[in-house]
Amino acid sequence: MGAVLAGETSSAVSAGLRGRRRDVAGGLFAAALLGALLLSLLILLALLWDVVRTGLPVLTDRGADFLTAGPSASPASAGIGAALIGSFIMVGIVALVAFPFGVGAAVYLEEYARDTRVTRFISTNVRNLAGVPSIVYGILGLVIFVGVLNRIVDIHDTGSLLSGGLTLSALVLPIVIITTSEALRAVPRSLREAAFGVGATRWEVIRHHVLPAAAPGIVTGTVLSLARAFGETAPLLLVGAVTGFFSVGDAGALDRLLRSPYSALPVQILAWTRLPNEAFTALAAAAIVVMMAILLVVNGMALWLRNRYERAW
Amino acid sequence: MLTAADLRGGSARRRREATIRRLFAAAAAVSVVISAVIVLALIGKAVDFLRQIDPSWLVADGWFPRRNQFSIPTLFAASVIVAGIAMAIAAPLGLASAIYLSEYASPRARRMLKPIVELLAGIPSIVVGFFALTIVSPDIVQRFFGSATFFNMMAAGIGVGILSVPLVATIAEDALRAVPRSLREGAYGLGARRRTTSLRVVVPAATSGIAAALILGVSRAIGETMVVLIVAGGTGGSAFTVDPLGPGQTATGAMAALAIGSDQVKGAGPAFASLFFVGLLLFCVTFALNLASERFVRRARRHG
Repeated sequence: MGAVLAGETSSAVSAGLRGRRRDVAGGLFAAALLGALLLSLLILLALLWDVVRTGLPVLTDRGADFLTAGPSASPASAGIGAALIGSFIMVGIVALVAFPFGVGAAVYLEEYARDTRVTRFISTNVRNLAGVPSIVYGILGLVIFVGVLNRIVDIHDTGSLLSGGLTLSALVLPIVIITTSEALRAVPRSLREAAFGVGATRWEVIRHHVLPAAAPGIVTGTVLSLARAFGETAPLLLVGAVTGFFSVGDAGALDRLLRSPYSALPVQILAWTRLPNEAFTALAAAAIVVMMAILLVVNGMALWLRNRYERAW
Repeated sequence: MLTAADLRGGSARRRREATIRRLFAAAAAVSVVISAVIVLALIGKAVDFLRQIDPSWLVADGWFPRRNQFSIPTLFAASVIVAGIAMAIAAPLGLASAIYLSEYASPRARRMLKPIVELLAGIPSIVVGFFALTIVSPDIVQRFFGSATFFNMMAAGIGVGILSVPLVATIAEDALRAVPRSLREGAYGLGARRRTTSLRVVVPAATSGIAAALILGVSRAIGETMVVLIVAGGTGGSAFTVDPLGPGQTATGAMAALAIGSDQVKGAGPAFASLFFVGLLLFCVTFALNLASERFVRRARRHG
């Protein structure tokens, strides 16, 4: 009798644990969640298909000519040469400005500063700056990097490559600080304590141990920020990026940086997108394909770098 | 005997340490300087603008800078409509993705699916603007809503929503993953199914973080410029409207339109100066939203 009861009990318990029937609603729910993720993938694919379909004919017909030609009123001869150079120079300025200041600020906040009210204010401030709409940075650029800079050195009245580069630097600076801080926080305390224990000063600890250990994370974060600067359009509209046609002629390097009109790849894309002529729409799509290819290579490299060199502590 | 003085090191070494410390502190101060300059520049120029105009121009029939009509309600209504449509897309898609990645996906599946969100996050807004103009507006909005014009706020809202999905998904996922394992195990121990555990235990425990994700999503949607400039229309100005199927002028769209001079006003006069006033309003709204989300994040950390 005991054995029978035990058998009944165990089958009742296992039936109870299994659930009365198959959990149809739960399965549907899981499928709906996965569907939301796959919808994002679908949007991504539709977007890529859209630009490749529209832009590929231009790239195959024109080839290198499209990559090197300057702006033109005729869609058959317009290219992204000048815009690409403008974008590359500005990203270079961003790397020179945002990288040292961003990493320096993060090192101060993570390694030097005590948890005071001032430190917390700076951290909050950095996170809020990261959330300020990019077009607002354009206003900063217009007032400071065009207006004030114009009074110090003679730059092009509506802005120049230098103004654009500095504006983009201010835009990505908080992102560099945040990603660098995360990389520094991931370095274990014990590493620092060991170095302090053998008599290293704070700077020696940072230079010889903390920064090398955090380097993959810092480099990846910085490269992703540069990619962000490369694709940013809105603030450049305020600091003089030209949406129409322009020529820099044979201006020297300094003239080009300070006193010439300039464009950038995303600004050129905007200009072509806004023109009603379908030939220009195709040019915009072709330029997007080039931009996405560059971003894919750069972002891919950054992520590979992180996965290859990052250590789990 | 070894004293504290011996351990302190040479004076040259200490001086070098102090110099380096000051250099790093200066770098950290740059971010504060940038914020201060943004605020001062915005306030200064916005006051200049307000001095040039008559207050009644701010509640005119529409936003037509050339005709001295600077209707703030027009911009406000359009911004709210576009951000509302964007969140109607980004909130369900982002939260569902976050719940799946955090509660359902195996580590292997997560490694394969998470890059979808990361790839979407890396797409520049100008590209989504192009997509919204060439596909979303003609093939989706106009197909389902026959009355929609080619340039419309619905397509802009959908585009902005696509851009906000990764932000909502990433922050919400972080919040869900921060919920302690023991809560899930407790629920399973009581016989709850995965769906019940996710929706009744994990999601409520992560409410603060999810709220922060949604608020940041709204902030991002309000600040998005390029999609709106390209596809919402109304770059030359717009009458007050609440019709999402028609063109409209958001705060960011108005600023960009003034910047590229598509209403031929670049230069002197109140029209160009209005750029700074709108910028100040935009800055205040997004700043308040960011502060609110920060508060939610802090609360999540305290209770987490």
